[in-house]
Amino acid sequence: MTSSTVSTARPAEIAWHPAVGRYAPIVVIALALIAAWYIAAVLMNINLVRNAFERNETPYTTAELIAGTLNAERPLLPAPHQIIETFADDVFDWPVTSPRSLVYHGWVTLSATFLGFLLGAAFGIILAVLIVHARTLQKSLLPWIICSQMVPILAVAPIVIVVLGSIGLRGLLPKAIISAYLCFFPVTIGVVKGLNSPDPIQRDLMRTWSATPGQIFWKLRWPSAVPFLFTSLKVSITISLIGAIVAELPTGAQAGIGARLLAGSYYGQTIQIWAALLAASLLAAGLIGLISLAERSVARLMGAH
Amino acid sequence: MASIRPFEHTTAPEAATGEAGAPAAKALTVDARGVSLTFHTGDGEVQALANVDLQISDGDFVSLIGPSGCGKTTLMRIIADLQQPTAGTILVNGVSPEQARLARHYGYIFQAPALYPWRTIERNVMLPLEIMGFDAKERRARMERYLKLVNLSGFERKFPWQLSGGMQQRASIARALSFDPALLLMDEPFGALDEIVRDHLNEQLLRLWDQTGKTVVFVTHSIPEAVFLSSKIVVMSPRPGRIVDVIACDFPRDRTLEIRETPEFIKVAQRVRSGLRSGHSYDE
Repeated sequence: MTSSTVSTARPAEIAWHPAVGRYAPIVVIALALIAAWYIAAVLMNINLVRNAFERNETPYTTAELIAGTLNAERPLLPAPHQIIETFADDVFDWPVTSPRSLVYHGWVTLSATFLGFLLGAAFGIILAVLIVHARTLQKSLLPWIICSQMVPILAVAPIVIVVLGSIGLRGLLPKAIISAYLCFFPVTIGVVKGLNSPDPIQRDLMRTWSATPGQIFWKLRWPSAVPFLFTSLKVSITISLIGAIVAELPTGAQAGIGARLLAGSYYGQTIQIWAALLAASLLAAGLIGLISLAERSVARLMGAH
Repeated sequence: MASIRPFEHTTAPEAATGEAGAPAAKALTVDARGVSLTFHTGDGEVQALANVDLQISDGDFVSLIGPSGCGKTTLMRIIADLQQPTAGTILVNGVSPEQARLARHYGYIFQAPALYPWRTIERNVMLPLEIMGFDAKERRARMERYLKLVNLSGFERKFPWQLSGGMQQRASIARALSFDPALLLMDEPFGALDEIVRDHLNEQLLRLWDQTGKTVVFVTHSIPEAVFLSSKIVVMSPRPGRIVDVIACDFPRDRTLEIRETPEFIKVAQRVRSGLRSGHSYDE
């Protein structure tokens, strides 16, 4: 498309802006998904609406029936526009301090996510450094680390909350700990791989200069691990968000996205559940974007091309 | 058990009567006696080096030449204390290889430049100086001096990927020179480069050797490269890795590439080739 010789051969493509080629596939897929969603909403809600009409003994046309499936108050599957309407309403129509505001709930979950992520990443890095530097630790710690990830967190979360509550820890910290528990693992695995990634010549060089273990760590192993660290952090930060939400579910939390999901399911407010899910996925996307941004600026400092 | 090779028996080319190449009783930079190294692998024992005797004097340019598997890199790694011999004794600058390594007596240049990709060229060259605790001013001064010596001034702020392979290898040479070791160990440093670049770097290396008076041990499997660069050529042979010939090669220190067309050069090259042949190096 950019080369003149090619474009004369294919004149139809000349007029296309580069952005078209870049975003067209994404837009097409998004439109297809939304269309499929609407069809699914009609199919899943149709019995509900038909029953309602018949219960009230009101005559109805097919058009009315379909319109009803897309505007039901408590549909099985809400239509996209309903979710967006509720989402916008919950985000913009309430002061951010109000318990009805999604921003308020989002912030509660986000603060636990951040704290959990920081704790988890720090713990993950420390574990990785220990594992790389002591073979005995690798043998003794690694099986436990892997086991820790097999425990169903939904079952453990209430125990953690109760135990921590009994020693006076409530609110943010227990949630952050559950979140950290879930998110340290990818960091450990990634950083262990990264710290071991320097090739033999790079290590031999350090030896010929008789560098100390500390110098080898800071000037070779750690910089080599940085790209691996960022890949892990991207996985880890979404897991820590999930961890924070999961920690709100079994504990009857009053605030947070998890609490919002729980309340929605208690009262059959499917639209509210989906709006909360939308908020969670937007948060996750934003968090990954944040890490990617940091990754790119660090990569630039480290000479990536 | 030792079969010490008398260097006096080696024939020097007639042309080599330049005053710079005059032999004298110099101190030994490397003194290996009866050095052997046996690896224990899954299929049994592999003798990488068998009973190697090698003396390298201060200021020599010694090439180790031989086919793959003849132990030339292994011998170099033993000198550098990157590997330990299973038998024999070896002294580097009069002390054990480990003491020599700890005292930073040598600079090692590998087959690949192995620059750290996250450091600019200047920070790569200053890396050993950081490790050895030179102060910032001295680091910068040395970096500038040695980048100039390898003709890389102006590339200080570039990252390694922005340089060609030949330039990267020159940067790695500047890095090895930066802490001014008396001994340079070069393990096929130009093996991955094309012949034109290689010729050019060979000339530069020779000039550098002439100017600095360092001792160089140079691993190669190119006969012209070995003859062109060296003041002494050590011909090695595989299975087990051993020395089959040591050839003095006393062309003037300021030799140029044209010397490769001279009969004296060809004569030395022939002797290297026959040495390689006698070691059955061509049977593969």
